[in-house]
Order: sequence, then C-alpha cells, then structure tokens
Amino acid sequence: MNIIKSTLLGLSVAAASQMAMAATTGATVATVDPEADRIALQEYMKNRFPDTPMSEYVNGIYAVDAASRAQWEEIEEFPPYELDLEKGEELFNTPFANGKGYADCFENGGIGIRQNFPYWNDERKTVVTLEMAINECRMTNGEKPLGWKKGAIAEISAYMAYTSRGNEFAIEIPNDEAKAAYLDGKKFFYSKRGQLNLSCADCHLTGTNRLVRADLPSPALGHTTHFPVVRSKWGNIGTLHRRYEGCHRDSRSEYLKPQSETFRNLEYFQTYMSNGLIVNGPGARK
Amino acid sequence: MRKLISALAVAGVAFTGSAVAGSHSEAMIKEGQAIYHGKSRGNCVACHNIQDPITNQAGNQGPMIIAMKARYPNKAELRAQIWDATAKNPLSIMPPMGKHNILTEDEIDAVVEYIYQY
Repeated sequence: MNIIKSTLLGLSVAAASQMAMAATTGATVATVDPEADRIALQEYMKNRFPDTPMSEYVNGIYAVDAASRAQWEEIEEFPPYELDLEKGEELFNTPFANGKGYADCFENGGIGIRQNFPYWNDERKTVVTLEMAINECRMTNGEKPLGWKKGAIAEISAYMAYTSRGNEFAIEIPNDEAKAAYLDGKKFFYSKRGQLNLSCADCHLTGTNRLVRADLPSPALGHTTHFPVVRSKWGNIGTLHRRYEGCHRDSRSEYLKPQSETFRNLEYFQTYMSNGLIVNGPGARK
Repeated sequence: MRKLISALAVAGVAFTGSAVAGSHSEAMIKEGQAIYHGKSRGNCVACHNIQDPITNQAGNQGPMIIAMKARYPNKAELRAQIWDATAKNPLSIMPPMGKHNILTEDEIDAVVEYIYQY
C-alpha cells in the first residue's frame, strides 16, 4: 500500500513540476519571457507525447489520440465547413452599401493574413483579433456589427483562415505594454476559477488526453490555429471566443463575453504559443 | 427475574440500535452511489473509475477508487480530501466539493460511505 501511496504521490509531484516547467518565466512584466514560455510548452508536450511531431499540434486531440483521429479523418473526407466557406467567400466579396468591401480594410486585400492575428495595436493599446477587425471594418463603412459567436462572422473568418492555410503564425510582442497583455492572457490560462476551481491548464495541460467521462481535453499547444470550427456539439460553425465562453462557463464561473479584453489577451497568449505552427482553419471538432 | 428482564431489554435496545444503524448506512451508500454517478450531482465518475457494475464512461483524470480503507485508514482524512483536495495539493484538478458548496455536507458523507466499500 505504501507503494501505491508513494507512486500516487510521485505522479502528482511529477505532474505539478511538469506544469511548473511549462510556465517557468515568471508572473511580472519584468520577468516574463514569452519565447521561453513557448519553448517550455513545446518541451512539455514533447515529454508527454514523444511520438507526436510538433507540426501535428494544429490538429488538437487528433494529434495525440489515434481512436479520435480515425473518426475525425472520416469527418474530414466531407468537411462539414464547406458550405460555410462558400458563404464566407460570398459575404467577403459582397460590397457594403457605400461600395467598399472587406478587402479595403485589410493588408493584401484580406487574403492570406490570418497568421498575423491577433496583434498588438500600439495606438489603441489593445489586442486586435481578426473578428474584431472584421466588425470594425463594417462599422467604419456604415454597416452594423455582426454577432461575435456564430453565423456570418464565423463564415467570413473561416474564409480568411482558409486563404491563409499553411502560413506560419508569427505573433509579435513589440513592447512592455504588449507584454503586459500577453501576461494577462497567460495568467488567465493558469489561474483556477469558478465553483469547479478549474484553470485552462488543469484540463488542457495536466489533464490533456486524459478522460473526463468520454471526452479527452485537447493539448493547449495549437489551440487557436484551426478556428473557427464546426463543432459536432454545436451543429454549426463558431468562433474561438464562442468556445472560450463555453469553456469558461463550464468551470461554473461568471463567464466573460466574447471579445472582452481578457479573452482577447488570452487569444494573444495562446496564439503566441502557436508561433511556428501553421494556420489550418477552419476545422472540424467533436 | 429483574436481572433477566433488564438483560433482555438491553439486548433488545442493542438489536434495534444496530438494525437502525444498518439500514441507515445502506441508505447512505445508495445515496452516495447516486451522487457519485449522477451527472448533475457529484459526477465523480467523470474523473474517477470505480468497480461498480453500474459504472458507465468513467474518466481517468483522477486515481481509481480502489483500496480506500488501506489508502485512508482514517475515514475523516478521506472526507477532508473530498471536501477540499487543494488543501494538500493546491494544483489539484479536483474541485473542492465541500469548500465550494458543490455538494452538501450530508452528500459528502454519503459519498464517503459509498466509496469506502471499494
């Protein structure tokens, strides 16, 4: 019995120290080192899943669980997001009432630029996500903003991601103010919250690929690369922040709204972690 | 005769007492089982497997519920672990079932009785 006890203790210490390893660089703007954090997260995943190549992490749980992967590959034979892509392209190319369009608001006419979002906007001192830029483009041109979670905004975002498939994420943190936003996102990721006292890291770092009932939480690395996604549970396409809201609600917290500053900072942190991985959105998930 | 009567009376009380205690704890075990496996109740099975035939889709985030009497010779320690697992390990993924009012004190007692059989 002592063996069982010490084995259990050993496992939990190992889990705790691995988790500490994945977030080594401190919790102040002076001490946090995003690049070291990114490498530590990759190392953590390499230790947990030695057979998974780094480039596979864009595929979520399907990178590490063979059984889920087989089901997913069948789904991808007839991608459930195909109609959303068509609608997204049509919406993207439909001019606003003033004759202008989305292409006028973005670099390179909005094509092949997904990997640059979210970015730190130094004039506004805030993180700008792709969905935020889409709605701001609309409002600048006298159109009403779209709802943040599903429908047209997810379809347009899906099309823009699709035109960027294969491009490597290259999120920059240009100064200390941007670093503070990154740090805010990092803190959110690692902090326990809600009645269930769960952090993102509890399920998606320590608990990844371990069963919660019949579900396997995906690895934290590569989380943002494949959004927006058609989720079987939703039955339609949705944005990253729709997923954030659901996840936050599941911890029984007073959950934040999509595109709130903290969620944008979380996306900034998570996408920086994905630097070097490719854009592969939109995706299909369980 | 008086001695005999009082001896019978004592025996009777003792008998009734143990019968009540027996059915009480069986009801508690049943309640504990319902809480343990109920998705909208404790949902303990989401993370902890247990060798109860009714177990369905058990998770493995936490250790299996096995050898509980050997692992927790002191039942109060087991109860404390369920009430707030973060007291011993602040990083524990286990929700503090008592501290955060996820289960009531009575419900925690029932779960302890149920899992203490395994």
